[in-house]
Amino acid sequence: MPSVLFLLLRRMRLPLIILICVYAISILGLVLIPGQDDQGNPWSMDFFHAFYFVSYMGSTIGFGEIPYPFTDAQRLWTTFIIYVTVIAWLYSIGSLLTILQDPAFRKVMRQSRFERSVKRLREPFYLICGYGDTGSLLVRSLTNRGLRVVVIDLKMDHIETLSLEDLQMQVPGLCADAADPEILRVSGLTHRRCAGLVAITDDDSVNLNIALAGKLLAPRVPVICNAEHRETASNMASFGTDFIINPFETFAGLLKLSIESPHIYTLYEWLTNPRIGPIPDPVRPPRGTWVLCGYGRFGKAVSDSLRSVNIKPKIIELLPDTTSAPTDTIKGKGTEASTLLRAGVEIADAIIAGTDNDADNLSILMTARELNRNLFIVSRQSHRRTAPLFHAARPHLIIQPARVVARKVLALIQNPLLADFLQHMREQDDAWARHLIKEMWLLAGDRDVDTWTVRINKYEAPAVYNRLVQGQAVKIAYLLRDPYRRDERMPGLAMMLKRDDIVRLEPEGELELNINDELLIGGLLKTRETMDWILSNVKVLEYVVTGEALPDNLIRRWISRRYSAH
Amino acid sequence: MNIEKVVFAFFIILALTLNFGFFYGDVGNPDHHNVYELYAAIVVSLIATILKFGDRTHIGAVLLATSLVADIQLIIAAVLWSVATNISEGGMTEAYMASIVSLSGGALLANVVSVVLLVTETIMARR
Repeated sequence: MPSVLFLLLRRMRLPLIILICVYAISILGLVLIPGQDDQGNPWSMDFFHAFYFVSYMGSTIGFGEIPYPFTDAQRLWTTFIIYVTVIAWLYSIGSLLTILQDPAFRKVMRQSRFERSVKRLREPFYLICGYGDTGSLLVRSLTNRGLRVVVIDLKMDHIETLSLEDLQMQVPGLCADAADPEILRVSGLTHRRCAGLVAITDDDSVNLNIALAGKLLAPRVPVICNAEHRETASNMASFGTDFIINPFETFAGLLKLSIESPHIYTLYEWLTNPRIGPIPDPVRPPRGTWVLCGYGRFGKAVSDSLRSVNIKPKIIELLPDTTSAPTDTIKGKGTEASTLLRAGVEIADAIIAGTDNDADNLSILMTARELNRNLFIVSRQSHRRTAPLFHAARPHLIIQPARVVARKVLALIQNPLLADFLQHMREQDDAWARHLIKEMWLLAGDRDVDTWTVRINKYEAPAVYNRLVQGQAVKIAYLLRDPYRRDERMPGLAMMLKRDDIVRLEPEGELELNINDELLIGGLLKTRETMDWILSNVKVLEYVVTGEALPDNLIRRWISRRYSAH
Repeated sequence: MNIEKVVFAFFIILALTLNFGFFYGDVGNPDHHNVYELYAAIVVSLIATILKFGDRTHIGAVLLATSLVADIQLIIAAVLWSVATNISEGGMTEAYMASIVSLSGGALLANVVSVVLLVTETIMARR
């Protein structure tokens, strides 16, 4: 990558040399041609005056003939050099503008500006390849949570959208092919602060290339990949891609979860929501009979997961032969009442509008609702811009593949402990989740609830660390006490404790903390601020633990320690 | 034979020879130092600088640096000359002349380095 300045100078070589030559000849001519002073004595210009004169004449400022009026010989020469210098200037400025407007040069300039802003990053950042629907959702959520992001996308208009987006922090974006390892390198893949590589372009083979480059060039950087085909996914897994997300299978898994254990599903929805919000109401998809419109990749994944919970969906597909649909598939689009009726929609319990066309899906869900008011409706939404329509049509469940991927990526990177929690949560039974939701509901009501991680170490919880080093115990429950009235509990819940890689869900408040413990806490945002205070302020911690206020200054603290020792 | 290389070497060596021509003589004596020669040295040195733009090799970068040093020294000498003849009340004194010539001496050193580099590069290319 050549430096922009040197590129510019090299292309400006000819105009600059011409300019210098024209100046040199003009000045020399003025110095050599004899003139007169105001008394008529012979006088000739020195280099200083000649340079001054040519400078203001060439730039067409024109102060006049100084220091003395010119002789005719001088005027003749001046007439000549006026034209030459002006033309030389016009030529130079013209070339400069041409170079600056040159698309190739502008590209180099943009790229070097991008590289500089990536190089200057001093905080951990995520490199996101692909700024489509998923990418923009992800970038917005990450920047809202104060995380740094760098974006690469192949399409210029995507990068332009990024630069117009009203984000909380500046996000460097480059229009380039992310499958090129050199582009990945200059975008910060090998940067010391690169915390993760996220490949979510809409092309599986590009994602595969990105994952491969990531694993080879920066093995320490975790790679998160989107793969819509099973073959790509297994290929990625073969060289150790850390997380592979298939939007369709992820959703199918979630649908299964929502049927089997609606409360665990609700927890998942709440915890992975990119926006901080209240706990959502549980959705309860019925078991009964299901109708599935569309048997593409999405339909197949959903059908498989429905079958695994003993629901055999009735399938409607326009091209049953090419999609190798089951033999009892009903041929048709599903947008017309007759096809839906043939599938038995009026006696069905639920319908999934799962074609890849948003207009068709909307049509299916409207028609189906006309036929059966009590249907549970699930609809797939492929494009973000149709969101208002889906919002108005009010299906019970909307699946946006882009959102599914964004949520999963977010869950993986914004809070590593949360990913552990989600994994262990799946192994619990629904009653456990119901209990947890109820407990959280009692504490928070319908106010906004967030989750965060607390690490017991010297830097993130200095007060607790201090106390533990002195051999005094700190129980988990203390961290959740109100520092103004220690008998009261703040609206927050310890959801998980991770100690030496062993995970314990909902640890009891009586449990004593160890150094290097990690806690996942859910609660109000206010609780988070207060908890930070308890974790870092020795006096506040002392009060919530013992109920005694600690002496104020060093000397009094020392005296009281001496007395208590004896 | 490459005309571009001839022009390149021509200007670099001409910058050195003109600079030497101006520098040669009694340090404080204005009669030994011709103003036209200083002028020519500056113009040629500027052209040599521009010719060196855009060479991305390591030697190219050092060549450009030596040229920039020579330019700065010579331009300061020229400014000093203007100050001496037009602004200062005593006109061109021996002290002014000595400063101007020693500045051009500095530029001469830079130009020598430049030529040495050029010759080195040529010999390396031969091998």
